[in-house]
Amino acid sequence: MIRDITIGQYYQTESVIHRLDPRVKLLGTLLFIIALFNYKNPLGYVLGIAFLFMVIKLSHVPVKFITKGLKGIVIIMLMTVLINLFLTPGTAALTLGKVTITYEGIATAFTMMLRLMLLIMGSSVVTLTTTPNNLTDGLEKGMGFLRVFKVPVGDVAMMMSIALRFIPILLEETDRIMKAQLARGADFESGNLIKKAKSLVPVLVPLFVSAFRRAGDLAMAMEARCYRGGDGRTKMKPLIYKKRDVIAYLILFSFTIGSIFIGRWHVISDFFYSLYVNYILK
Amino acid sequence: MPLILDHISQIYNADTEHPVKALDDVSLVIPEGQFIGVIGHTGSGKSTLMQHLNGLMKPTSGTISYNGQDISDKDFDKKELRKHVGLVFQYPEHQLFETDVFADVCFGPKNIGMSKKETELAAFDALRKVAFPEDLYYASVFELSGGQKRRAAIAGVLAMKPDFLILDEPTAGLDPVGRYEILDMVAKLHKEAGITIILVSHSMEDVAMYVERVVVMDHGRVAFDDTPKEVFSHSEELEEMGLAIPEPMKITKKLIELGIDADPGALTATEAADSIYEALKKTK
Repeated sequence: MIRDITIGQYYQTESVIHRLDPRVKLLGTLLFIIALFNYKNPLGYVLGIAFLFMVIKLSHVPVKFITKGLKGIVIIMLMTVLINLFLTPGTAALTLGKVTITYEGIATAFTMMLRLMLLIMGSSVVTLTTTPNNLTDGLEKGMGFLRVFKVPVGDVAMMMSIALRFIPILLEETDRIMKAQLARGADFESGNLIKKAKSLVPVLVPLFVSAFRRAGDLAMAMEARCYRGGDGRTKMKPLIYKKRDVIAYLILFSFTIGSIFIGRWHVISDFFYSLYVNYILK
Repeated sequence: MPLILDHISQIYNADTEHPVKALDDVSLVIPEGQFIGVIGHTGSGKSTLMQHLNGLMKPTSGTISYNGQDISDKDFDKKELRKHVGLVFQYPEHQLFETDVFADVCFGPKNIGMSKKETELAAFDALRKVAFPEDLYYASVFELSGGQKRRAAIAGVLAMKPDFLILDEPTAGLDPVGRYEILDMVAKLHKEAGITIILVSHSMEDVAMYVERVVVMDHGRVAFDDTPKEVFSHSEELEEMGLAIPEPMKITKKLIELGIDADPGALTATEAADSIYEALKKTK
């Protein structure tokens, strides 16, 4: 039941995307998200979808695995769709008593849903193809400039990697404790909301106890190995850009340019049209 | 009522590139009243198998029946099954959550619908059976020592009055004295309360000393299923599976190779010592 959560999970296989420098992938996600919010016409989404599926294909991660992550946001997606569908003003397409659905509403609801889906899928691709360690390394390097502002980047990166590392451990622990209490006749499914919430006490108390115990053990182990905070620590595998990373940056760059042109085509064409009208015709 | 496992298979991650066969065509009959040891290397599927026995996991294929009913059936009452088949997980002390020991032991019987009086009687009875120190009945579960916590946790399952008691590595992480105390207690439960015991372990000594039947798991399959004497006579095969025969057997085996006529089937230290003594007396 709990194993269905795919966010933050790593899918082990061999592919170009897996081998890419995490910084490329992080910047790629950022650019992809910005591009998604910039598309003003359907052609842009075609480009976005095409780009995403190209990356998925290259990553050798089964599409089924990536779409699994969408299950978790079904409710948020439904709410967005419904709100947009009923509350967008415009030309009425359908009137049911007091509520009206407008053409504009249908259009925004659809694009919103598409945007959310692409957003989740795009970020899942990164976490599925990058080990948590690699991801924090990438963040640490990529955010290195924040040191200038006295942000303890190294410590934050260490905390993040520990937090990420503990997600699967705690999930497994939860599963184990739930099973142990089920074996003692616990019932997590029946009853009303209050009863269900109460039935989680036998799971949450041992879970917290074990989380604190693990945190204590880890702190002790780190101290024993003389951990003294982030700055000046060297890496066993430092991040170095390779040829494939440069190529990936080039592809990303052209995707961004393409997104600007296609996604905002009418703005650009209007601009050139006005140039043409104002300067050449006159 | 016996528990019957009919060609059980369990496959993890079936939809990915790396499917894992945790159980592969396992068939077992567990009649009432036996004391069974299940041994196997880490990852041999023994813990997975145990979780099937009380319906916590559903087999990918095959059926498990209790009382003549398929336990994967939709209208089969899992709670009823868990009343009869108690499962004590590895490191069971990690599941304790109540404010005091007694309240924690009451959790199980309360869940299966016993009245308040029955619950308290069952809890007292269970705590007495595991020889839990009486002055600590109302102590906080977090103040206990490792061995005491484990007893309390076992009592928590025992209080549900199961006919079958499955213990997954009940001695893991305990010192030798604690180990034998727990194992002796389990053996007493079998002898005096007549509970069917399934003891999962990777320690051959534990198993050899107490059980009447040994099931050896290897790569999700049942490799051997016989009396300890018979199973431990296959020392080469066991070693290939990463399992060692009990230490006393190793010694008698070496002595037999050296020409001393000791009993190759002596399982425990006392048995081995006696047979070596007899053999040496004969040679003189």
